[in-house]
Amino acid sequence: MIDLRIDLPGLKLKNPVIPASGCFGFGEEFAELYDLNQLGAITIKAATLEPRIGNPTPRIAETYGGILNAIGLQNPGVEVIIKEKLPWLEQFDLPVIANVAGDTVDEYVEVSRRLAGSEVIKALELNISCPNVQKGGMAFGTDPDTAAELTAEVKKAAGKPVYVKLSPNVTDIVKIARAVEEAGADGLSMINTLLGMRLDLRSGKTVLANGTGGLSGPAIKPVAIRMIYQVYREVNLPIIGMGGIQDARDVLEFLYAGASAVGIGTANFINPYVCPEIIRDLPGVLAEHGFNSIQEAIGYAHR
Amino acid sequence: MKLTEDMLVIKNQELAPGIYELVLRGENVRLMKEAGQFVNVQLEGKGFILRRPFSICEINSPEKEFKIIFRVQGEGTEHLAGIEAGERLNIFGPLGKGFPESALAEGETALLIGGGIGTPPLYELARRLHDRGNRVITVLGFQDRDGVFYEEEFSRYSEVHIATMDGSYGYKGNVLELIEDLGLDFDILYACGPMAMLKAIQEAYGKDKRGYISLEERMACGIGACYGCVCDKEGDSPYQKRVCKEGPVFGLNEVSI
Repeated sequence: MIDLRIDLPGLKLKNPVIPASGCFGFGEEFAELYDLNQLGAITIKAATLEPRIGNPTPRIAETYGGILNAIGLQNPGVEVIIKEKLPWLEQFDLPVIANVAGDTVDEYVEVSRRLAGSEVIKALELNISCPNVQKGGMAFGTDPDTAAELTAEVKKAAGKPVYVKLSPNVTDIVKIARAVEEAGADGLSMINTLLGMRLDLRSGKTVLANGTGGLSGPAIKPVAIRMIYQVYREVNLPIIGMGGIQDARDVLEFLYAGASAVGIGTANFINPYVCPEIIRDLPGVLAEHGFNSIQEAIGYAHR
Repeated sequence: MKLTEDMLVIKNQELAPGIYELVLRGENVRLMKEAGQFVNVQLEGKGFILRRPFSICEINSPEKEFKIIFRVQGEGTEHLAGIEAGERLNIFGPLGKGFPESALAEGETALLIGGGIGTPPLYELARRLHDRGNRVITVLGFQDRDGVFYEEEFSRYSEVHIATMDGSYGYKGNVLELIEDLGLDFDILYACGPMAMLKAIQEAYGKDKRGYISLEERMACGIGACYGCVCDKEGDSPYQKRVCKEGPVFGLNEVSI
């Protein structure tokens, strides 16, 4: 019997498979397709203090092996999320991770405080890496001092484990990871999308109304693996790894690099049943490679 | 019961230059309830990631078959055009909300307005409204003679009028000019086509006619989770309606275009 369980700060996971923020809404749509209790946890769509309308359309463009998105953190605001979305999630035996975004340190702190007050939220994920907003987002995730300050402030106010979601759009991701570790982060989520652009050959204009967008999907998997590999060697925080995972073999590669759990994003759009299918396949893939548990595979590439 | 299924390609043939008719067979056809719903089609190879949404053109429940009609417009549809009978395609659906047939009362007349590749979902609707005993008028607009398709098929269930922009076939002009020219009278309209056409329909009939329009937008998930395909809600804050979830069919004045 292969043991898929993994314990992370605030998160007792049945298995390491977690739908990634922004690709799964608040779970309602996918709950029509399968039982969410199968999942390790879910990460809900980013919350901001006030409702956000997001960016103009087109918000989505395909690229070779990936997609560009520029949704722009559209969400109904933290109060609506707490009143209308979280109570619905209580019916599941499922740890919920709340993704937090904002324009200012104060906004992150306030949104974190309110979400952490909800029983259903087991951990926070600080989104300092969204490439699709004018203010905040990635700006907090590309400078080590800013990232550290934000992490420390949120930690003081939240009282629940804080995972910092890192941006790959930096020269040295290890520096950022170290800075948030020293500031008291409980874990890391990595990586967010890579900043990209696509041009329309007929119009000569960008395909996305926002101009730039975040690249996700299998095209970015090697970048994610490389960054997790580098950070795992230098930082003592558990890592939720993500970036282009499509199947159980990809999950094993992320575990090897140093991830303790994984986020599944874009793959949900290709195959809406991908998360339960990965959970089904993972024991076989682990066994095939001689492992009896998730734990044994974590960081295997470093041994 | 999964909403994704590897369906068998029964037929894939060119109807007009660059316009293809694709027939698929699968168990999930029995879930297809409304005209105007869509399926999200997975493409294998060439680095394709996103499924492609296509509206359902015809549902043949006894044979477990359904049909989509698409125009070759980019790499994805180019690939789809090369798929042959006997191959399989993974189909996710049916998805979204279709055209409400019950909006049409007994004895009322429906006007169906289709523009170019927006025409297909109206075909299943025409058949159903005709079978309900309603009078159905179809007005279809195309660029030119070469682009015209499904005139004969629509005429099985409705009175058909065709307009082409260059006048090479039927009426010279757009669908709205043709409707006015013919002095067509109707109780309710159902439309699908380019945004400019839908906007003109809203302006012409939004005040005093009932109706439904079907929108198109680039999509990712197809089920309302990603907020990629949002559109504006009339008189409210923007981007509150998801084309894939609350649509693709909306009330005539439900969304601003």
